[in-house]
Amino acid sequence: MRHLLVLRRFWGTALATQLEYQLNALIELLAMAGNLAGSLMVLWLFYRQGVELGGWSWHGVLVVLGAYTCLDGLTSTLLRPNLSRIVNHVQDGTLDFVLLKPVDSQFWLSLRTINPAGLPEMGLGAVLMLWAARGELGSLPAGAVLAAATLLFAAAVILYALWFVLAATSIWFVKTWNATEVLRAALTAGRYPISAYPAGLRLFFTLVLPVAFLTTVPAEALLGRLTAPAALTSVLVAALALAVSRAFWAFALRFYTSASS
Amino acid sequence: MATVMARGLCKTFRVADKQPGLAGTLRHLVHRRWRSVQAVRDVSFSIDAGEVVGFLGPNGAGKTTTLKLLTGLIHPSGGALEVAGHRPFRRERAFLESITLVMGQKQQLIWDLPPLDSLRVNAAVYGIPEREARRRIAELADMLELGEELTRPVRKLSLGQRMKAELMAALLHRPRVLFLDEPTLGLDINAQARVRRFLADYNRRTGATVLLTSHYMADITALCPRVLLIHQGRLFHDGGLAELSERLTPWRQVRLELATPLPARELARYGELEALEGCEVRLVIPRERLTATVSRLLAQLPVLDLVVSDPPIEELIGRVFRQGSLEPEPR
Repeated sequence: MRHLLVLRRFWGTALATQLEYQLNALIELLAMAGNLAGSLMVLWLFYRQGVELGGWSWHGVLVVLGAYTCLDGLTSTLLRPNLSRIVNHVQDGTLDFVLLKPVDSQFWLSLRTINPAGLPEMGLGAVLMLWAARGELGSLPAGAVLAAATLLFAAAVILYALWFVLAATSIWFVKTWNATEVLRAALTAGRYPISAYPAGLRLFFTLVLPVAFLTTVPAEALLGRLTAPAALTSVLVAALALAVSRAFWAFALRFYTSASS
Repeated sequence: MATVMARGLCKTFRVADKQPGLAGTLRHLVHRRWRSVQAVRDVSFSIDAGEVVGFLGPNGAGKTTTLKLLTGLIHPSGGALEVAGHRPFRRERAFLESITLVMGQKQQLIWDLPPLDSLRVNAAVYGIPEREARRRIAELADMLELGEELTRPVRKLSLGQRMKAELMAALLHRPRVLFLDEPTLGLDINAQARVRRFLADYNRRTGATVLLTSHYMADITALCPRVLLIHQGRLFHDGGLAELSERLTPWRQVRLELATPLPARELARYGELEALEGCEVRLVIPRERLTATVSRLLAQLPVLDLVVSDPPIEELIGRVFRQGSLEPEPR
């Protein structure tokens, strides 16, 4: 209850801050639209030539792109604005203020602000997913939509945990900002179905950087092609990733509180 | 009842021992060498509820480290520590709700928004009901003489107004123990005085315990009947300012104006001769012999005027800060 009220205040002030910079929001919106148009263009070029990516149909591959767009929107809305500030907190010493508040510090650092400019992208991604799935299947079974929503949520948790752990390493290295940009670049691999990649990369994107769980798995769920064990694995990976991120933060703080001066 | 209790407090950091330059960096990568730095060594003190205590020391003496230990931001390497009935480094909710930390060179207010927004965030974070928060904001604003500034973006406030708003944000949850690290840093004289007045007023009204560090001696002399002076990680002095000045300068300067000039040899019998210009004489006399020496001077020499000067505490501490030395001035 208290956390909900805190969140309302957090996001209320974040929105108020952003209203001070309206032009920024417009530019971000345009950049997003350009990005999506670019991706669509590439896919369209492939499929016009009759090239199929990893055995996925035109509509199928658009579902994957929709899932990617949705997560990219989440990145702009919550992950980037919050997690890229951790390094500033460490640099400026304002992390001390956060640590002295009677609120879970990971909660504070992960949800302190919100960038509404990313929300249209999330919506657009969801619409693209649903529209393309309908084009593929001819209908939208409620079960598949529910499963896809759950797995997309799991995907968001995995993405968050990865990003958070990377951002938390700034306690040691301070300049981690670049590392999170590398992560973001690597994750753009999720634009296309995992089976479109060579075997080695496929393995890497499943086991090391779980890109497969981010977009391909939710897309397969929406298209009714996902097996129950695969869905379960995705949810388990998400739970594990979240637990690891919490444990890692506790470890990082132990280091911070014993080593910083 | 002691609100703050430290016994044998120690903090040791491990720092990388690295030679400068690329070669040093490469060598450090292969063969890491570490050195321990003892930032705080065996410091013991206790502060009662409602006390206002000044925390002094040259840069790098271990002041900030001690403040961080007291607020639970860092773990002690040794010793026992209790603040407001809690062990700080556990950072339990009840502990965090009973303390506050104000840092003069860092700010928690949201830069682009009016202070009122930051205050509302803090009210939610500390679980203060809305109506109660409004009441407290009005009360603090009244004490700090803040009005329409609360609805102006923080970036448009003067440094003094911003500091006052920072204090509001730090005190909204009515902490019992205040840790203030250079709360008047960079403020002009008037703003400094206002912050000082407020802190004294706040302490009187709420009975809160205050521990403050400052480079401005005026803060310390105006607010703190008791000072802790820390030097090279050790507690050098715990007590009043007057006793501190006694310890730092066990001598006094005596200025004389004589009716007729006297030779240096004759004057040196009374104390160390610091200056001699015609009839103007400056002598340095150990404090314990001061009264006896002054009566002898008056009785035996043609004295027209005599002034005994006590070196101002600002100057003493200033010297300590500059030289980093706490040895009594050699004479």
